[in-house]
Amino acid sequence: MSSSEGAPESWISSFCSLMGHEFFAEVSEDFIEDDFNLTGLQSQVPMYKEALEMILDVEPEEDEDEEEDEEEEEDDDEILGDEKPPGYRRAGDRRHARVASDLSVIESSAELLYGLIHQRYITSRPGIQQMLEKYEMQHFGVCPRVYCNGCKVLPVGRSDTPGQETVKLFCPSCQDLYTPPNSRFHSVDGAFFGTTFGCLFFMTFPDLDIGPRLDNSFVSPRSSSVNNQGLANVPPAHQPAEINGMRTANFCPGLGPGKIYESRIYGFRVSERSRTGPRMKWLRMRPTDVGELDEMARYEATHREGNNDGDTEMGAAPAGGAQNAAIARRKKAPMRRRRYNPDQMSINGAEAG
Amino acid sequence: MMEDFNSETDSDYTSYWRDWFISSRGNEYFCEIDEEYLTDRFNLTGLNTEVAYYQYALDLVTDVFDLDADDDLREQIEKSARHLYGLIHARYIVTTRGLAKMVDKYKKGDFGKCPRVMCEGQPLLPMGQHDIANMSTVRLYCAKCEDLYNPKSSRHASIDGAYFGASFPSMLFQVYPGLAPEKSITRYEPRIYGFRVHAAAALARWQDQYREDMKARLRDVGMEAKYVEDEEVDDEEDDDDEDQILDSKERVVGDAVSGSMDLGI
Repeated sequence: MSSSEGAPESWISSFCSLMGHEFFAEVSEDFIEDDFNLTGLQSQVPMYKEALEMILDVEPEEDEDEEEDEEEEEDDDEILGDEKPPGYRRAGDRRHARVASDLSVIESSAELLYGLIHQRYITSRPGIQQMLEKYEMQHFGVCPRVYCNGCKVLPVGRSDTPGQETVKLFCPSCQDLYTPPNSRFHSVDGAFFGTTFGCLFFMTFPDLDIGPRLDNSFVSPRSSSVNNQGLANVPPAHQPAEINGMRTANFCPGLGPGKIYESRIYGFRVSERSRTGPRMKWLRMRPTDVGELDEMARYEATHREGNNDGDTEMGAAPAGGAQNAAIARRKKAPMRRRRYNPDQMSINGAEAG
Repeated sequence: MMEDFNSETDSDYTSYWRDWFISSRGNEYFCEIDEEYLTDRFNLTGLNTEVAYYQYALDLVTDVFDLDADDDLREQIEKSARHLYGLIHARYIVTTRGLAKMVDKYKKGDFGKCPRVMCEGQPLLPMGQHDIANMSTVRLYCAKCEDLYNPKSSRHASIDGAYFGASFPSMLFQVYPGLAPEKSITRYEPRIYGFRVHAAAALARWQDQYREDMKARLRDVGMEAKYVEDEEVDDEEDDDDEDQILDSKERVVGDAVSGSMDLGI
């Protein structure tokens, strides 16, 4: 938002520096110039061509006179709201030739188009990388949930169609969605980030540490010992390194026993059987032994123990004791390691660009 | 009697210290403690060891402060008075009158709205994680998701949680069970290009099972755990629906079968 007279900002950087647009990454011009990346957007955005020109700062005509400029500036202000920083207006200066009303339509079209391109861009390799930098600098804030210990969050949408819902924040630690605390984000369209981005981001960077960031000091020894309530908080020894394609250490570290609020009165837990007793623990629950989430292994285990009558496939096969032992061994072996290689991923046609 | 105090502390000083306290910025979560409650020494049992300049602080809170103290001392007494007020506040808000006052504030949404999207703006309640001072700051309890959140404003983030106490929300809903919101089983499902993600979906199935176990446990003792979704006639398409639990179990079985084929069985 610096108002250096010398180098005029591009439309994209001035858009991204607007108040409330802090979550946006600056889409590279290369990405926008590749028509493949814009497939289908023409039908979604009115005045598509003009909007695209505006985003790319392509000047349709040359300068005219100064007076008209000033008029436009004022119109711009009125229509687009008064919080626009000076840099924004200066960017507007360069689009003189159009009628003011036209301009505002194009301006809003350009914002829509940019948002939709942005939704695609941040799932592409350069885009997701850019968002990683923003994420690591904590540009998106932290989870408001106490037991998530200030885990960094990511902006996501609940819909890929614009105009439905505003941007939300996804916390990888509790796998839940939160409203941004600052009201200036309550007018940013969620579709500009899209439904895919949040999850794809954490699968793209599986080693990103999402564990507790703040001091654990608020959990005093007293309260943590009370929280145990007979549940063994320590997971059994042989935890797989990965569970269902995620690093165990990064799999919902904010959930599970000890990370769940317990309703208490004068130190005594409120019983489940109370009318107002706890009903939502499941939402923040996670098995202490993540192996329980390995549904395949669990199925095999129950199958082996409880079913030798031959009414399923296992029974149909010649299921000898030796084979059962083999299954048990395989079940105990660490999960097949899936390698996440960011270089191998090919997302959303980004490679075409 | 109040003149010297008046000139020292605040220019827009109203008639009572407590009025000033609860209306000052950052103290929006506090309610006003009755004079009667404050003057009953029984209610203050044990606090004299917690608070420095206890008697002066209490005098200040009850508007009978009449000491010609220098600025430093006055400042300390003022600080003690705020601390004392907070500690009494924690006791007061679990009394009948205190609860009623806090319920009013709760209904007005004075404590903010739950940031969780699925809670749809459920009003919050302040509480502490500890009853002892200087252990943790104030948290906000959402009765819909039964979870704790940090206040979004930094001016609230520095308030001591002990000024509200760990029992307060639970006590409030014991006394006013009708105020407890309906619980919902709706949750966020992470998706990639419309497809649910295995790790999150497996956890969701596990959590659903956990909830079903709890419901069964309660049913055994003749109680019903109600969720909003139970009352609606659900459309079959939604994977989150209660009646789908059985279906999803079957699906899990199916998945496991194909999984076992991967292993070459």
